[in-house]
Amino acid sequence: MSLFNKWFNKDKDKLNQEELTQEELMQEESNVEQEEQEESEEVKELLELEFEEQEQVEEQEETEEVEEVVEEEKALSSEKNGFFSKLVKGLTKTRNNIMDGIDNVLKSFTKIDEELYEELEEALIMADIGVDATLKIMDGLREKVKEKKITDPAELKKLLVEEITEILNKGNRELNISEGPAVILVIGVNGVGKTTTIGKLAHVIKKDNKKVLLAAADTFRAAAIEQLEIWGNRTGVDVIRHQENADPGAVIFDAIQAAKARKTDVLICDTAGRLHNKKNLMEELRKIFKIISREYPEARKEVLLVLDATTGQNALQQVKLFKEVTDISGIILTKLDGTAKGGIIIAINSEMDIPIKYIGVGEGIEDLRPFNPKEFAEALFADEE
Amino acid sequence: MAFESLSDKLQEVFKKLKGKGRLTEKDVNEALREVKLALLEADVNFKVVKSFINKIKERAVGHDVLESLTPGQQVIKIVNEELTELMGSTQSKLTFSTTPPTIYMMVGLQGSGKTTTSGKLAAQIKKMGKKPLLVACDVYRPAAIKQLQVVGSRVDVPVFSMGDANNPVDIAKAAVVHAKNNKHDVVIIDTAGRLHIDEELMNELYEIKEIVKPQEILLVVDAMTGQDAVNVAASFNEKLGIDGVVLTKLDGDTRGGAALSVRAVTQKPIKYVGLGEKLEDLQPFYPDRMASRILGMGDVLSLIEKAQESFDEKKAQELEKKIRKMEFDFEDFLEQMQQIKKMGPINQLLGMIPGMNMQKLGDVEVNEKELAHVEAIIQSMTIEERRNPDIINASRKRRIAAGSGRDLQEVNRLIKQFEQMKKMMKQLTGMAKGKKGKFKLPFM
Repeated sequence: MSLFNKWFNKDKDKLNQEELTQEELMQEESNVEQEEQEESEEVKELLELEFEEQEQVEEQEETEEVEEVVEEEKALSSEKNGFFSKLVKGLTKTRNNIMDGIDNVLKSFTKIDEELYEELEEALIMADIGVDATLKIMDGLREKVKEKKITDPAELKKLLVEEITEILNKGNRELNISEGPAVILVIGVNGVGKTTTIGKLAHVIKKDNKKVLLAAADTFRAAAIEQLEIWGNRTGVDVIRHQENADPGAVIFDAIQAAKARKTDVLICDTAGRLHNKKNLMEELRKIFKIISREYPEARKEVLLVLDATTGQNALQQVKLFKEVTDISGIILTKLDGTAKGGIIIAINSEMDIPIKYIGVGEGIEDLRPFNPKEFAEALFADEE
Repeated sequence: MAFESLSDKLQEVFKKLKGKGRLTEKDVNEALREVKLALLEADVNFKVVKSFINKIKERAVGHDVLESLTPGQQVIKIVNEELTELMGSTQSKLTFSTTPPTIYMMVGLQGSGKTTTSGKLAAQIKKMGKKPLLVACDVYRPAAIKQLQVVGSRVDVPVFSMGDANNPVDIAKAAVVHAKNNKHDVVIIDTAGRLHIDEELMNELYEIKEIVKPQEILLVVDAMTGQDAVNVAASFNEKLGIDGVVLTKLDGDTRGGAALSVRAVTQKPIKYVGLGEKLEDLQPFYPDRMASRILGMGDVLSLIEKAQESFDEKKAQELEKKIRKMEFDFEDFLEQMQQIKKMGPINQLLGMIPGMNMQKLGDVEVNEKELAHVEAIIQSMTIEERRNPDIINASRKRRIAAGSGRDLQEVNRLIKQFEQMKKMMKQLTGMAKGKKGKFKLPFM
């Protein structure tokens, strides 16, 4: 056996993307420079044209182009009976069909057979539930069908909803902030909607006649502090802030002192989005969590992980790694107002007992709802136009 | 990571097929099941996976198996080739308009990374010697304009904004006039994140497109996106006719199957990938590397190819025998080293190995120069010394050091490491009978 074959035995993904790129980037740049030189001569002539004239010309061109494009498209579609066009067609149909939910699938079957199970399996995977969790659910379903001697496909949906509801019915979904001071630490990867969620959360808690304070500990992303301040204004809640690039731990520390001094009921801490595989940033989060435990021992603690419903299997990894540095007490699933089903939380809950506490269904201040497992399970298979 | 690598699983499947010269349909089906699972685990859309698998099956059944490869690797090879083809076999670059300003429109869902990407793009275009202008058309999200302004000031690119009280369509229109008046040759329009099913906001994008006639509309997609990626990409493409895709947050540990889904439904190229929050972390997209990443197997293919080109199978077998018999000496070591060197720079090779990544490599830091030194030292030994290292005494060591131009310590270290390696091999060959033991070369 040669050496390289031995190397193959090492597994796992991740590739080295850094190599070459530098070189090729430079190559690309020099190419572009050449192009640019060629361009610049044409450019000089064209610059003399006046803006309006140009626009008119462009408009004319555009209409011509549109016609051409339409023709091209026709040609293309007849030409390509291959893999791609089939795929595209298949997918557009998918959007209309599968999103219609499982109801249609169920209606088209008169008896429960392998094919039906496969269709259900497909629908579950399309909802981002993942292969493992899907197989687990399907096994449970088959067992129940046998046990209860069910033969009507329509009954299957009810069973499936039950099965999934059961998986999602984990722990205490209420926020643990009812008595005494409380701290809510909001964490997650970039762009999942942490700051927006905090705005809505502040609103919900304030409506409950509690005194809320926000800590702007995302000192990294450009204008994140301003974004939180705007939410502070909207909800009428004070924000403790430092300068951009300040130490987030220091912001949290100050916010805790302020919360104590002002006798705040609930302190909500925003943090910078961080990818869970970034060691340093995760250590920073561990430190933030430590500061909260040390400086505010009397406060009840909630650590809420925000997940984007559009995220696929990687969300599992997110939960696992964030859990290593903080005690996650709940999950908030955002962006459920799109077409993504957010089925990944089923995979998460079939492995870990972390309750889903809220869902985000829009950008408005009222768009945060308590999570209801049964409704969620039903929505997975709901009809949508 | 939670998943076993695909190549491992396939090797398992094909273990019992060793010696077969041809793959039957059943063999292929079993292997393709693993491929299918790998793709689904990587978040490639179910429908895309299904069509893809069918395509592979056609190619793989009855395919001759290369002698030097195991059938498992052969299937991986076919899968990877098809994947790469599906991803677009060539790199696709940003195009520039012949009549400046060249206008780019950044569109996408909320939180996909449009603003950060806009900043990175502006920085790169500026480096090309152009004069870009960033345009803040996100009037909805709180502090979005401020965010672009901060990003703009970091890369020293001006930002055109009219506050959040204006219509984005008007802002875009005014920005283009502003660009022309101020001789900006590139305009990058940062639009608000929106859901693909939000008709009102999608119409707004369409209006902007109609008015500014962008050279390219770039859809920014989060690499972690799941099954829904097809819906998002198809909707944006149907409504606007996108020209390219930017895949962001690829510095995470997602396998990024969304890339494949998006490509399959839109057939538009992925032009850039975002690999970090720093402004220089925007890089060109390499279809083949993405294919390997989705499969979770590193760039094994290039490695196989390189190995095939340069590795002499017979010599390797001889070496294996020698190792087993504990006859491995400096001669063999030198030969092994030269064979590996033929395959290319070590760093590059290491990067292709699944499970290796740059972070780990950072600690290892293989120095090509060091390799050359090792080679020089060995070459300064007599044949006798190479075959029988035990005879190397102090005076011989001094001669070797002088001959190779290295320190005496270095010569000592190499000999010591070589002895350790031999010892390790002994343990391994004794321990794992029949199993291939892993051993380390002193320079790794």
